[in-house]
Amino acid sequence: MLLEVKNLRAGYGPTQVLFGLDFAVAEGGVTALLGANGAGKTTTLRAVSGLIRPEGEVLLSGQRISGLMTESIARLGVAHVPDGRGTFMELTVEENFRLGAYTRRDPDVAADFARMWEWFPRLKQRWRQQAGTLSGGEQQMLAIARALLLRPKLLLLDEPSFGLAPLIVRDIFAILRRIREESGVGILLVEQNANLALDLADHAYLLETGRIVMSGPAAEIRQDEAIRRSYLGY
Amino acid sequence: MNALPARFLLVVVGLAAALAPLWALESFHLFQLTLAVIMSLAVLGLNIVTGYNGQISLGHGAFFAIGAYVTSILMAQADWSFYATLPFAAAICGMVGYAVGLPALRLGGLYLALVTFSLAVAVPQLLKHKALEAWTGGVQGLFLMKPDPPRWLTSVLPLNADQYMYLNVLIVSGICFLLAWNLIRGRIGRALMATRDHPTAAEAMGMDIAALKTGAFAVSAMITGVAGALSAVAVEFVAPDSFTFLLSITFFVGMVVGGVASILGSIFGGLFVLFVPNIAESISRAAPGVIYGMILIVFLFVLPEGFAGLVRRLLAKLSSPENPKPQ
Amino acid sequence: MEAFLLQLAAGIATGGIYASVALAIVMIYQATHHVNFAQGEMATLSTFIALTMIQAGLPYWVAFAGTLVVSFVMGALVERLIMRPVQHAPILTHVGVYIGMLLIIGNMTGWVFGYTIQMFPSPFEGGKPMLGGLFSAHQLGSVAVTLAVLILVYLFFTKTSLGLAMRAAAYNPRSARLVGIRVDVMLALGWGLAAAIGSVAGMMVAPIVFLDPNMMLGILLYAFAGALLGGIDNPPGAVMGGFLVGVLENLAGAYVVGTDLKLTVALVIIIGVLVLKPSGLFGRVVFTRV
Repeated sequence: MLLEVKNLRAGYGPTQVLFGLDFAVAEGGVTALLGANGAGKTTTLRAVSGLIRPEGEVLLSGQRISGLMTESIARLGVAHVPDGRGTFMELTVEENFRLGAYTRRDPDVAADFARMWEWFPRLKQRWRQQAGTLSGGEQQMLAIARALLLRPKLLLLDEPSFGLAPLIVRDIFAILRRIREESGVGILLVEQNANLALDLADHAYLLETGRIVMSGPAAEIRQDEAIRRSYLGY
Repeated sequence: MNALPARFLLVVVGLAAALAPLWALESFHLFQLTLAVIMSLAVLGLNIVTGYNGQISLGHGAFFAIGAYVTSILMAQADWSFYATLPFAAAICGMVGYAVGLPALRLGGLYLALVTFSLAVAVPQLLKHKALEAWTGGVQGLFLMKPDPPRWLTSVLPLNADQYMYLNVLIVSGICFLLAWNLIRGRIGRALMATRDHPTAAEAMGMDIAALKTGAFAVSAMITGVAGALSAVAVEFVAPDSFTFLLSITFFVGMVVGGVASILGSIFGGLFVLFVPNIAESISRAAPGVIYGMILIVFLFVLPEGFAGLVRRLLAKLSSPENPKPQ
Repeated sequence: MEAFLLQLAAGIATGGIYASVALAIVMIYQATHHVNFAQGEMATLSTFIALTMIQAGLPYWVAFAGTLVVSFVMGALVERLIMRPVQHAPILTHVGVYIGMLLIIGNMTGWVFGYTIQMFPSPFEGGKPMLGGLFSAHQLGSVAVTLAVLILVYLFFTKTSLGLAMRAAAYNPRSARLVGIRVDVMLALGWGLAAAIGSVAGMMVAPIVFLDPNMMLGILLYAFAGALLGGIDNPPGAVMGGFLVGVLENLAGAYVVGTDLKLTVALVIIIGVLVLKPSGLFGRVVFTRV
């Protein structure tokens, strides 16, 4: 297992948000975390990447990462595209790329840049532009590219479809599909758009007010009557 | 326990403690205590605008200086009596405070600190300027005389000029403290603090933020200005170099160490800034300033709520009900 | 006309010094959103340390380099030991800590090195006025050194990986952590660099105004004015602001208000900028989200 999470508890100050989650992401697999607003999806990702300090166990390829500092977890191969995308707005696209690869010392960085240009040609066009001037969709692509440039083992995505027009979202998810097929990266995907998420994922969990209430292969979850009514709209 | 007798007792004890030095202390220490009370008043002024209202001022020495000079000029050049100058000094400082408060509206915490700090640095230079020399006495400054106690008082209570000055300072400060206490615990005090903690919410609720903030500056300047006026007469001398930026810093230190947004804290703060530098000097003759700075930083690390906060916590511990023993 | 050019040249020379200190202030502001009120005292201490090295027999440029290193370490230590513990405290505590440092460092300098005014050597003794008689050798030299430092710093931040990481940590600490940048280390480095830059300013100004523990207070004020004028979130802007303030100060002192009120000029600039255009000439307007 790439990522194993056991009895995860986390919160903000006196407010507890997660009440003991158990979930996993397989090597090279895509796991979706579904749920309504306020269920705790973003908090879960933050607990995994270390932005907030969790209780419980978080294991990355068997190694315990719960309790480590954010930057240490990133250096171990966890790339988190946070809510709000986390782009360095004042810096250029090029600088954002360079920062994505900041911790790498291997010679393949240039090749990875080229791959990102191939996947996201618009980013190459805007190479020297300030990231803050990019459109919403381009910023999302930049955020994903930046995360991939880390050569991560695990990619955490917080609502990639948020605030984007349907056509752009379609493009983004096509790229996510490409990522799944062409690189061996495992993906933990948080999405409110259950349709898209279940389309891409192998496995899915449903989060409600800080607890996992349902889990299973994505195809099965898709067919579930209750899910269809509440989250898929039909 | 009924709160009223306890409060009454506290007031009586406080009055006794305040008046006792008149007979318990000899001239020099009484003079020091007089200055400490003046410092407490100045720190109270700063507390109103910075502690309770969140507008950081590192330049309150300027208001202190204005109060001191207004009183000095009126007494030395126009032969006014000490008492007549006080409301005048207060009014002028209030107006200057309001004038400072207006542009301050546009400035956030750090920028305001910067501007007021710059003001504090520029004050001595301004005071020494040739254009004002005829009034301010330039670099040499002005000499004053403490008022003598009036006949009707000395016939009842024999006091010398120093003791009389202490009494005056006590009464004026007492009045200011009482007014401030009244202001703070009422609606305006709550509004000041609301503006400090949740400015956008306060505005959304219809509070006139601008009036509150400029008003806070005006009142704050008035109180610190009155302290300045008192100090000029207590020391019997004013000169530009008495009002360097270190004075503004001293007030700030007093406020932080005594306890931000606390009336009691202002009193602690005044005592601290007057007596601790002496203590620091006894610890290290060579570098009292270093000790002083270290004490400040230690307080900020360990006791960010100041003396007053410590007192509050101790009182809370003492008055909390005892835990019942487990069965 | 000649007098005017002389004042202008002097203004540019002192402006360079203000620009250096302004840069140090802005660097720390960008990283922490706080203004280091003790920047001047730290620079003065560094200059005294330089003097000690020179008096011990070290050649000027060796002492110069040594001072840069010592200042860097001092700055990093101050960040680690004094700033770090209070990093999440309210703004009033921060201002208090800066003031505390100002008191400690300022008084320590006086205690260790004494309060007598000292001469500080310039490496540019020449005697002959240069550039058509407008600049003295030292003025020209100090402008050159200032510009060299500023260019090096600019190149460091824009061309190197570490410089990029430091900028990232200042702009967006959360995202910086997510790409693996050790933000705490970046902060300490930033402080060290700012202290080193400040020490250069101190060493360049000391030959002109003579060295004593209170040397930098007025300069700090001008540097604040320059940083605000250029935009406190904009390093190149702050540098230009510093030069502008230097020129304005000299011209105003010579033709408008007289040298007695030069500090007031700084005050007026500060107030004027903050009232009329708070983001400075080149800065960005920042909107606060409700």
